[in-house]
Amino acid sequence: MPRTVRDVVFVDGVRTPIGKAGPAGMYAETRADDLVIKCIRELLRRNPALPPGRIDDVAIAATTQIGDQGLTIGRTASLLAGLPISVPGYAIDRMCAGAMTAVTTTASGIAFGAYDVVIAGGVEHMGRHPMAEGIDPNPRIIAEGLIDQSAVVMGQTAENLHDRFPHLTKERADAFAVASQERLAKAYADGAIQADLVPVAIRSTKQGWSLASADQAPRPGTTMEALAGLKTPFRPHGKVTAGNSAGLNDGATACILAAEDVATELGLPIRMRLVAYAFAGVEPEMMGVGPIPATEKALAKAGLSIEDIDLFEINEAFAVQVLAFLDHFGIADDDPRVNPFGGAIAVGHPLASSGVRLMTQLARHLEANPQVRYGMTTMCIGIGMGGTVIWENPHWAGAEEVVQA
Amino acid sequence: MSETVFADEIVTNALVRYLDLPLRAGRFALITLDNGHDHTKPNTFGPGGLAALDAALDAVAAADDLVGVGITGKPFIFAVGADLTGVPLIRSREDAYAIAKGGHDVFRRLGELSVPTFAFVNGAALGGGLEVALHCTYRAVSSGASMIGLPECFLGMLPGWGGAYLLPNLIGANDAVTVVIENALNQNRMLAGKAAHALGIFDAIFEPADFLEQSLAWAASVLTSVTEVPRPEPDKGDGWDAAVARGRAIVDGRLHGAAPAPYRALELIDAARHRTRDEGFAAEDEALAGLLMTDELRASLYSFDLVQKRARRPVGAPPRELARPVSKVGIVGAGLMASQLGLLFARRLEVPVVLTDVDSARLEKGVAYVHAEIDKLQSKGRITPDKASRLRGLVTGSPSKDVFADADFVIEAVFEEMKVKQQVFAEVEAVVADTCVLATNTSSLSVSEMARGLRYPERVVGFHFFNPVAVLPLLEVVRGEQTDDATLATAFAVGKALKKSCVLVKDAPAFVVNRLLARFLGEVSKAADEGTPIEVADSALAPLGLPMTPFVLLQLVGPAVALHSAEVMQEAFPDRFSVSENLRRLVAAGKPGIYVWPEGKPVVDPDLAELFHAGTTELTADEVRQRALTALAQEIQLMLDDGVVAEPQDIDLCMLLGAGWPFHLGGITPYLDRTGISVQVTGHRFLPRGVADLPPA
Repeated sequence: MPRTVRDVVFVDGVRTPIGKAGPAGMYAETRADDLVIKCIRELLRRNPALPPGRIDDVAIAATTQIGDQGLTIGRTASLLAGLPISVPGYAIDRMCAGAMTAVTTTASGIAFGAYDVVIAGGVEHMGRHPMAEGIDPNPRIIAEGLIDQSAVVMGQTAENLHDRFPHLTKERADAFAVASQERLAKAYADGAIQADLVPVAIRSTKQGWSLASADQAPRPGTTMEALAGLKTPFRPHGKVTAGNSAGLNDGATACILAAEDVATELGLPIRMRLVAYAFAGVEPEMMGVGPIPATEKALAKAGLSIEDIDLFEINEAFAVQVLAFLDHFGIADDDPRVNPFGGAIAVGHPLASSGVRLMTQLARHLEANPQVRYGMTTMCIGIGMGGTVIWENPHWAGAEEVVQA
Repeated sequence: MSETVFADEIVTNALVRYLDLPLRAGRFALITLDNGHDHTKPNTFGPGGLAALDAALDAVAAADDLVGVGITGKPFIFAVGADLTGVPLIRSREDAYAIAKGGHDVFRRLGELSVPTFAFVNGAALGGGLEVALHCTYRAVSSGASMIGLPECFLGMLPGWGGAYLLPNLIGANDAVTVVIENALNQNRMLAGKAAHALGIFDAIFEPADFLEQSLAWAASVLTSVTEVPRPEPDKGDGWDAAVARGRAIVDGRLHGAAPAPYRALELIDAARHRTRDEGFAAEDEALAGLLMTDELRASLYSFDLVQKRARRPVGAPPRELARPVSKVGIVGAGLMASQLGLLFARRLEVPVVLTDVDSARLEKGVAYVHAEIDKLQSKGRITPDKASRLRGLVTGSPSKDVFADADFVIEAVFEEMKVKQQVFAEVEAVVADTCVLATNTSSLSVSEMARGLRYPERVVGFHFFNPVAVLPLLEVVRGEQTDDATLATAFAVGKALKKSCVLVKDAPAFVVNRLLARFLGEVSKAADEGTPIEVADSALAPLGLPMTPFVLLQLVGPAVALHSAEVMQEAFPDRFSVSENLRRLVAAGKPGIYVWPEGKPVVDPDLAELFHAGTTELTADEVRQRALTALAQEIQLMLDDGVVAEPQDIDLCMLLGAGWPFHLGGITPYLDRTGISVQVTGHRFLPRGVADLPPA
């Protein structure tokens, strides 16, 4: 008899406020594992119906797995968070899509029947662990031309995208960035962002303790004029600036996933249902296009087309890469269904953690829009990949109609 | 006040940051106490620290948009009290009073701001550190904090920066007496966060993983009236009286009036129920100023310094690198002492420990005793079943000394007779490696003599424990004439691993503690033998506040042991040590001691009327005391002249840690100095003025 595959649901997600990397960052003296620990504890506090001993695994992603991001962080963080010794954990990496991969991997375990409930998330403290810390590339990469030189610097891959798609101009990129900042500012004003945040105590040996309760990076009131004057550090007279890209950031995310029947049994909220996911590889020096083939693949697996997707959370590593995606699928730059709360350009992108931030926000959008059936989280990934997850809205008003029909 | 008194202060800064509370509760100021060092140098308050906190309070008082103010510490440490390093230099009551009042002036502001204040006690909070929290409107504690208390009475002071007034008014007099008196006088027993919260010292308790976040969220809920903090009124009538009486009984039982601090503390606790804040604080100022100018306090601080510092870095020990590793221990003998040692070595070193004994019944009993003690530890939850299993496997017995072949350290605890011990060492040497350390637990025999005749006498060392081994921390490490540095270094290393406080002693009869106790006890017995009533002689030393009277000590040690010790000392120093014929008769009659306890109080055994032959010379209590103290001073000077130990500080450390003599005596030499006895006897003080007593004005 073939196995039964179970439905997987997204129960809840939280994140820390995102800090700026570097000595002026609010998390400069905060450990990366502590950021994860706060998220795990907040998830348990918000979901008292979940007995901690029912958690079958804790998968935490980090790109640079050394120091306070090493030591099998999913296991150590869960012990330090106070989970029972009987709950195992592991560490996982797919660069920017670390947390997304933690979700898809553990979700697969749930579908297979190996797990009932898991915690998945990610952390990156880019202040303590800059991208490419400790790497040792194989010399064949250069010798055989396997990966283009420009692939290692993400900003250069973004410039490459402008080359491939000249109609994606700097002006369009800047306009997208302005909108991202505006949407985030509005979401803050509406209290929509705060609902997902877990405040983090932060220390400065010089100034003492304080509390981080808001993202550090946003620049509300950003204008086209301000963006136009910014330097292009990745290429002389280029198009990619600090203003139309995500910055270097510190932060962590975590979510609870469960088998749908177990969530129902325990009385846990069901905020999204997993439909399909896919990862795909692209030329590393064009990593920004990654979401396109990943999305095609996921849609095919789901038996859906892009028209079926009515809400998007796409990671804004660079404005041009979002525009490439929207362009490909015929979606307008300012479509309100895309990143309604703004995105990484405004709020920041602590590498491995972002995937779960997209999902947590998508869950909110789906709750607020019962007319929408399907949503999508998608991201480009360093060394040339894309990842896409398609979700179904459990509050979809059309469900009864379909059944009746 | 003189600035130079605290010139070396490590200043605890008071850093201020402003934040938005959760629940939209409003703007909050958070003060962080941090002296810029890690937890090995905890936050303390000297004049600089008080000034820093004062300035921080100025800043937050000036801010007009705050709903509350919080104060917290650095990782693992909130604050551990006043900076005591400058106290020895305080010369005048004015300066002492300024310190007392200075602390109040700053700390009390925490209870007098226009907004509520919160103490977020994230770690160790002792003395003045806990008082900071008590002045705040609300308090939260971390369940990870383990050192909470008001230990001032332990040091001859009292909680004079608000604690004596605020604590009983917060949690009632009985629990305040537990903290201020009982715990302090009980070797400074401290509370963990959970216990402190249960007593009501704290309003809330949170786990360390997100202590500050949860504390701030709680503060927000208190400030928005979502959470209420009940403050039950303590019983200020009979319950309060009973508590003060209980405290007095505890202090009397321990000190017998010999030191003032806890009595002053009880007076303050008693009166705290009627007083206003101003009256309470003013009374504390007077009391603390007075105590800071007592010799007892200066001696207590000196004692504390000895047991904290000198005890951990023994003077004269050879460089640590010379120590050899010890991965197996042998014990010759399986009597009670040997069994206690077996348990200690196994628990602390976690290496195989083999006991041997010529008497197989005693051997079996000894090993069984150790295993039973391990079982007890396991059933009390002090060690896990796995650890218990490991320890049981480590401790074995063998009738043959062949098992010592691969031992690195063999200690003998056999019958106290030179020939027996020499024989034992010879038998052991035949089996062990050339560098195996041979240690002797002898209390009175010559280590050098015991080593004579061995092929490698240089590896013999004295390693003298005090009974009960689990309680008394002193370990007299005795260098024989031929003991080499490597052996000595190994002995110190093992002593440290056993968590004992080691003092280097020259190979002289009865080393330090037993020699002085023998001299001391000898003088008191002699007075009784010559005709002073036993009760008078025995209570003559009461002003010292020793843990027990001389004759009760005799009973504890056992008259047979005391007799043997007296005989050894008489042989070594016949002009100063004698053997009491009454003691001989006592031992011959098989009596356990002078006293019996028919109704819980000691009375002289009526049978003694026959055994005890007293003379007709009756001394007064004062005369007996004078003789005993004079004898001590004489003996100590002779010991120092002979180089038995390096300095008076070592004598004091030995008496503190090996005889349990109280802090307020400074061990013993400070007391002899301040009563003028040392000058009378030797022509000079043992310690310079101001080291363990008040400096010259």
